[in-house]
Amino acid sequence: MNATTAMEVNAEARRILAVSISKLYASRSQRGGLRLHRSLLLSMVMRSARDIYHSSREIEGPSGAQPTPEPMETSSSPGEQTVPEPQPEFQTSEEPESGDEGCDGDITEDKENMSPTKQSRKRRGKAAAAPDFLPSKRARLEPGEERYAAPSCRAGESLSALSLNLNRAISAF
Amino acid sequence: MAGAGGGNSDVQWCFSQVKGAIDDDVAEADIISTVEFNHSGELLATGDKGGRVVIFQQEPESKNQPQCRGEYNVYSTFQSHEPEFDYLKSLEIEEKINKIRWLPQKNAAQFLLSTNDKTIKLWKISERDKRPEGYNLKEEDGRYRDLNTVTTLRVPVFRPMDLMVEASPRRVFANAHTYHINSISVNSDCETYLSADDLRINLWNLEINDRSFNIVDIKPTNMEELTEVITAAEFHPNQCNTFVYSSSKGTIRLCDMRASALCDQHAKQFEEPEDPNNRSFFSEIISSISDVKFSHSGRYMMTRDYLSVKIWDLNMESRPVETYQVHEYLRSKLCSLYENDCIFDKFECCWNGNDSVVMTGSYNNFFRMFDRGYRQDVTLEASRENSKPRSVLKPRKVSTGGKRKKDEISVDSLDFNKKILHTAWHPLDNIIAVATTNNLYIFQEKLN
Repeated sequence: MNATTAMEVNAEARRILAVSISKLYASRSQRGGLRLHRSLLLSMVMRSARDIYHSSREIEGPSGAQPTPEPMETSSSPGEQTVPEPQPEFQTSEEPESGDEGCDGDITEDKENMSPTKQSRKRRGKAAAAPDFLPSKRARLEPGEERYAAPSCRAGESLSALSLNLNRAISAF
Repeated sequence: MAGAGGGNSDVQWCFSQVKGAIDDDVAEADIISTVEFNHSGELLATGDKGGRVVIFQQEPESKNQPQCRGEYNVYSTFQSHEPEFDYLKSLEIEEKINKIRWLPQKNAAQFLLSTNDKTIKLWKISERDKRPEGYNLKEEDGRYRDLNTVTTLRVPVFRPMDLMVEASPRRVFANAHTYHINSISVNSDCETYLSADDLRINLWNLEINDRSFNIVDIKPTNMEELTEVITAAEFHPNQCNTFVYSSSKGTIRLCDMRASALCDQHAKQFEEPEDPNNRSFFSEIISSISDVKFSHSGRYMMTRDYLSVKIWDLNMESRPVETYQVHEYLRSKLCSLYENDCIFDKFECCWNGNDSVVMTGSYNNFFRMFDRGYRQDVTLEASRENSKPRSVLKPRKVSTGGKRKKDEISVDSLDFNKKILHTAWHPLDNIIAVATTNNLYIFQEKLN
C-alpha cells in the first residue's frame, strides 16, 4: 500500500471512528438502555478502524510519530493491501487481565501516554498525531454516573485507550 | 416468471388487504414489531412498539366468492405490555413487543406468549357469546336490588349475547433476564418454552412463573472478553430435546437438553467459513444472524444475515446447502448503511407450509421469495399503489448495472426508511402477511 492510499484509508478509518463514537454516545440516551449486541458490533467496527488507522499511519512514515509501543495486532505487512483481521480479543497485548479496575487502569496500560490520568486533561499542544475526531473536552460526569466510553481529551490520545473505554462500555453492563 | 410459491412456479400473488393508518406520518407506537400466524392459520397476531397486540381472524370462506379465501378482520386488541422503569439501573424498559408465539390449541380458548425486553406474558384469548341473566339480587346492569323488592326466587339462565373476545393475562414470567430478550419458542411438548436474551437462554414451564432453568450461558467471566452474543433461538418442531441458537458471529449451535442441564457445550455447530474476498470493516456486522427458523419438517433450518438467507441441513455443519442473496447490491453500500444505521436492521425470514419456498424482507418495502425446488426467486412490493382488491403483484427488479431498464429501480432510489423486517406465511395455504413500518399487508395466491 503506498502512502497516498494509506492516507485515504487513514481518512476513511478516522471517519468511521468518528461516526462510531457518535453512535455509541447516542445509544446511551436510547430508550430501553444500552443494547449489548449493538454496542458489541459498534466496538468491533471501531477496533477494525483503529487497527487500520494505525497500520496506515505506519505506512505513511514516521513523520510526527508518537512512540508506538503498542504492537501491531494486524498481520498485514506494509506491502499488503488487505484489510487487517480484527482480533477477537479486546485487549492489547500489554494489558493485564483487567477485572473491575477504575479509570486508573489507563496509567499502567497506556504506555503511549506517560502522564498520570490527573494531568491528562491538559492538551498536548500541536501534536500532529492528535486525532481530531475526538471531542476536545472530557464529557462532564453527573454525580454518581459511571464512566462509559468517554474518550479522553488528551490530544496525543492513543486509540488503544479508546478501546479500553469501549471495553468498559461493555463491562458496564 | 410471475411468482414463486408452493412448489408451483405459476403462483401469482394478489393483494388482499392492508391494515393500519394510511397517512405518512407514522406514530412510533404503531410501528409493527412482530407478526405471527397461529397453528391453523385462522388467527394472525401482530405486536407493535406501543406494547399492543392485535389479533385478526380469518372469515370462513363464503360460498359467494370461492375465488377468495376469507378475509382477516380484527378479532381482539389488547395492551400486552406497559413501559416500566428499572429503578436499580435507572433504565426504562420499553413496552415494544419483540415476539409473539402461539401455543397449539387444546380447547376452545387460544393462548399466546408475548414478550418485551424483560417480561414474557401468557395470554388467554377466549370468546364469550352467552351471559347469565335473571339474577335474584342484582339488576341486569349490576346494581344490587333493594332486598325488600325481592319476593320470588329464580334460577339465572344463559342467554345469547353479542360475541365478546376477552384477553386475559394468565401468567407473567418476569425477572429472569438481565439482558434484552430477543426470542421465545414453545417446545413441541407444549409444556415448556425457552426465552433467550443476549447472553443466556432460560427454560420455563408454562404453568410455573416464578422459576426458570438456565440452559445456556455464554456470559464470559470478564465482560471485556465478550466477542459474541445470542441473536435468536428456537426449539426443534418435533424433537422436544433439541433447540438451536444463533450468534452475532454467524454461527448456529444446536443443543441437546438430554446431554446435560447446562447446554453450553453444543452438540453441533454450524458455520460457514468467510469468503476472504468479501472482507471489509463491516464483515462482522453483516455476518451477524438476525433470525433462525426450523423448517416444518425439522430437517432443515434457515438463517438470515444482513445480505443473505441460508438453508442448512441439520446433518451437515460445514456449510449451508443453499444460499440466497437477498440484496447483494447493498454490499458496496455498507458504509452508508452503517452511517444511517440500516446495517443494524434485523430482518426475519419464514418458510411456507411445505418448506418449498422461503421469504424475507428488504428495503423500499420490497420482499423476496425463493423457491427452493424451482430455483426461482421473485421480488414483490407492498405498497398502497398496488392495493386494488385482487390486483396481481408485479415482480420488481433493482437495476445493479449501469443501464437501468424500464420499470427497474436503481439502488440509489431505494427508500431505506421503508423496510420490511417481519413477514409470516400461513401454515397451510398460500397467504402471507407482510409488515411495513406501520401497515400490515395480506397477500393471497391468485385462485382461478
